[in-house]
Amino acid sequence: MSPTTWGWLVLLFPLLGTIAIGLGFRTYSRAAGMIGTAAIGLAFVCAVGALISLLDRSGAHREVTSSLWNYDVSSGVDAGLQILVDPVSVFMMLVVTGVSTLIHLYSTAYMRSDEGYSRYFAYLNYFVLSMLILVLGGNFVMLIIGWAFVGAASYMLISFWYRRTTATGAGIKAFVINVLGDVGLVLGTFFIFRHTHTVSFLGSFAAAPHVFHTDSTDLVAGCLLFLVGAFAKSAQVPLHTWLPDAMEGPTPVSSLIHAATMVTAGVYLIVRLHPLFQIAPTAGEVGAIIGCLTLLIAGTIALVVTDIKRVIAYSTMSQIGYMIMGASAGAYSAALFHLMTHAFFKALLFMAAGSIIGAMAGSQSLDRMSGFRKAMPFTFACFVVGGLALSGIPPFSGWVSKDDIIAYLNNRGGIYEVLGILGYIGALLTGLYTFRMIFRAFFGDPSPEAVELEHGHIAHAEVPTNPANGEVEDVEVGFPGPEHAIAEREPAMKIAMGLLAVLAVIGGLAQLPGVDHVITGFLGSSLADAPLASAAHEPTTTSAWVGLIIGAIIGLVGITAAYTIYVGRVGSAARFQAALPWLHRFLVNKWYFDEAIDLLIVRPTLAIGRFTEAVLERIVVFGGVTGGVTGVVRSGSAAVRRAQTGLLRYYAAAVILGLSAVVLYFLISST
Amino acid sequence: MSAVLFFIAAIVALVGAIGVVTLRNPLYAVLALVCHLVALAALFLLLRAEFVAAAQVVVYAGGVMVLYVFVVAYVGGGDEVAAGSSLRILGPMFAVALAIELFIAMLGTGLSGIKGKGAAYTLGFGNPEHIGKLFLTDYLFAFEVASLLLLVAAIGAIVLARRRRGLEEDETDFRAMRAAPRPAYTGTLAEAVGVRRVLEQLEQTGSATELMGGVPQDREMTPTVIGTRDAKEPSSAPGDDADSGEGGEG
Amino acid sequence: MALGWYLAVSVLIFCIGAGGVLVRRNPLVILLCLELMLNAANLALVTFARMHGGEAGQIFALIVMVVAACEVTVGLGLLVAISRRNLPIDVDELHELNG
Repeated sequence: MSPTTWGWLVLLFPLLGTIAIGLGFRTYSRAAGMIGTAAIGLAFVCAVGALISLLDRSGAHREVTSSLWNYDVSSGVDAGLQILVDPVSVFMMLVVTGVSTLIHLYSTAYMRSDEGYSRYFAYLNYFVLSMLILVLGGNFVMLIIGWAFVGAASYMLISFWYRRTTATGAGIKAFVINVLGDVGLVLGTFFIFRHTHTVSFLGSFAAAPHVFHTDSTDLVAGCLLFLVGAFAKSAQVPLHTWLPDAMEGPTPVSSLIHAATMVTAGVYLIVRLHPLFQIAPTAGEVGAIIGCLTLLIAGTIALVVTDIKRVIAYSTMSQIGYMIMGASAGAYSAALFHLMTHAFFKALLFMAAGSIIGAMAGSQSLDRMSGFRKAMPFTFACFVVGGLALSGIPPFSGWVSKDDIIAYLNNRGGIYEVLGILGYIGALLTGLYTFRMIFRAFFGDPSPEAVELEHGHIAHAEVPTNPANGEVEDVEVGFPGPEHAIAEREPAMKIAMGLLAVLAVIGGLAQLPGVDHVITGFLGSSLADAPLASAAHEPTTTSAWVGLIIGAIIGLVGITAAYTIYVGRVGSAARFQAALPWLHRFLVNKWYFDEAIDLLIVRPTLAIGRFTEAVLERIVVFGGVTGGVTGVVRSGSAAVRRAQTGLLRYYAAAVILGLSAVVLYFLISST
Repeated sequence: MSAVLFFIAAIVALVGAIGVVTLRNPLYAVLALVCHLVALAALFLLLRAEFVAAAQVVVYAGGVMVLYVFVVAYVGGGDEVAAGSSLRILGPMFAVALAIELFIAMLGTGLSGIKGKGAAYTLGFGNPEHIGKLFLTDYLFAFEVASLLLLVAAIGAIVLARRRRGLEEDETDFRAMRAAPRPAYTGTLAEAVGVRRVLEQLEQTGSATELMGGVPQDREMTPTVIGTRDAKEPSSAPGDDADSGEGGEG
Repeated sequence: MALGWYLAVSVLIFCIGAGGVLVRRNPLVILLCLELMLNAANLALVTFARMHGGEAGQIFALIVMVVAACEVTVGLGLLVAISRRNLPIDVDELHELNG
């Protein structure tokens, strides 16, 4: 079968899954989980089929499009329901469907006692469908559609426990910032379309070098707008404030959407549109700088947050900073490689975090967790594997991919070298905060919940409360269910986490410099037109290995520092905090981004809204327009009404006057 | 000869008309109209409309005017007081203006026919025979409709002026009812547009009861349109009226 | 006499009637003035019938008479009903249908 047939099949199965679950199950039913997992599993199989059929071809034949029908061929816009199957999209498809299958499997156990079980799987399947539309889209219109759908799915899943006000607030925040990105994406499309007069990717890329010269204004504007979209979706500064709040959603949601797939859409965007970014190096620089800023800011904040999921969220933000930095600079295959490995170990970390949150009966605070090492060995092992991969320790996958990016940056020179060095600093922070989390949660004296678990009994909160603000809630629909699942007891969770752990360990072997180049070889055909991705810019094997070793050392330094602070000399963290209270406060308040956005954007907008309501609505529209119209009619009719006196003789006078007028008219018209 | 007759008849008609308009006593006005009608019949004869003239005397002067006399005797009316309304002066002015206009129209008309004495006519012009033949052939529809109209008018007159069963005239003092303050939101068109006036009055008086018809007998009257109420019990329970009052005002 | 004279008389009677409708306050007398106007129209109709030599105008005049009779019947019936309810027989007092 041709690659595009496989591509359509990949889209079909999640669609059927969504419809079947959404329409078929109004109440809790275990079948929903099975159908959802099976649908995504089949999609993964079809993605593998697409891969195989694509490998049969070679070179330029590896870019295949297929269009089902045309939405609109009027006014020169050739928007069709078109997919493009090429190595980049197959790569993304495999990552998305593979990780999604494992997360669906995990969720069947994790969400088992939740009343909204069926709704959850319907939403999750819908999300996978949207993400696949996004990566398979063959023209800008499909990309935008997938982009918007993914934003909607994210909103629905973040506010899944909709009776929690914190969750609904977070959902709205995420959606609003996403919409900002949508606007950037659409406007960027327009800027490009104006010159290329086509919305299909292949057509635009072919036309771009002819209609744009390097750094032409429209192109840079368009690429910057695309970057706005990428930053909003991938939670880069300054549009990042939604990601930590998005941890209000269930943990599998965080692991799928806000670690492995949706937030990587920005990276995919830049890689997909690389022909345009090649011609607009300015936009690339902007992207790289912002990526670097994000990875540093996120890294520093992750050092002080106490909610375990938020630590992982900030680390996601930081790692995506790496990817964006790499993709903007031209390290396309390195960025995608890091995307893949990051999906593995970040999803694993979130899954493990879900397990330990279950053991804590829903509490997510690191302050209350300690000493779970003996009670939860499997979760501990997964955390360690994920943490090592994240910190870049050999031979784990994160080591190879992260340093791949940094090596490329260093090789490019100029400002990119500075960014590369900053990337090493980020790696140090990564090691530090990751193992801070692990040491705090698993080392030290066992907390009461850990003790309970050692005795074989999962802790159970008598009164369910919202972990974020302590509000009392119940366990009916709209809130999490009464039971909590931990990995040690749920085979489904164990299988999923185990598979991801294996992948996190061996994933890096695909692209060891000088040894093999599975990824670059596969992606090479799509990137053939990118001078930046050519071999000339690839770092030499030697410099790559030097970079790898430096990265490993830095990662180990970070881990050792964390060990010293949190295990070796307990209490040193508190001393640091006491010594630099202002720094601590600055970081705990997340560099005051939320407050800045509130001051600069939210309040003026609210003020404008209030002004519009008080002045425009009330005075102009109500008073002036509607009031004026009704007032005119009313006073007009009042004036006319005065003729209705009820006195017969006046009416008769009016009749006679009218008669005179008519006679006069005929008199005059006849002369 | 016909000119002399014409002028006599015309002058009598005009005098009668002026008499109708100016005489204070309605009975005298009716008599003036009778005189006018007879003069007009003479004019019709001069115009060789014999049947019309006969009908005028018999039907109009003889039937309709007699009806008028009966009604004047029943209704009375007496001598009326000339009101000081602006129409006292404007009315005649309008009429004069209309007359001037019509005269101008008539004098300046292009109709040559009115300068002559009329077309040649066949023998029997204006005969009952001719009129009858026309009624039953060319103008049959008008004839039938006119007869239907007469029927309707006769029935209508009976319906309008009949006595309501069980109604003793002296019990319902419509005049006092009309003079008393009307409850708010009731009545005729006044209610639809007088709401604002009512509200203003409410604010001014500061109390709703005055306008809500605090006098008990007024409450009985809501909702009312004069003269169309069917059999109603004079003595209704106050509770019922209170309800109907609220319903009417709400 | 030239037919124009008859028309002049008709006009005069019509305008006298109109003036009467505007000036008088007794509804009975107003109806009488209305009769005046109708008669003026009748006169004009008969004059034109004479002018053309056809009897259509006379037929019309007869129909007008029928209509006038009906209208008088109904109008006087109204008057009787009003007077029976002891209302003032004065059009300036009877102005309920206002607003």
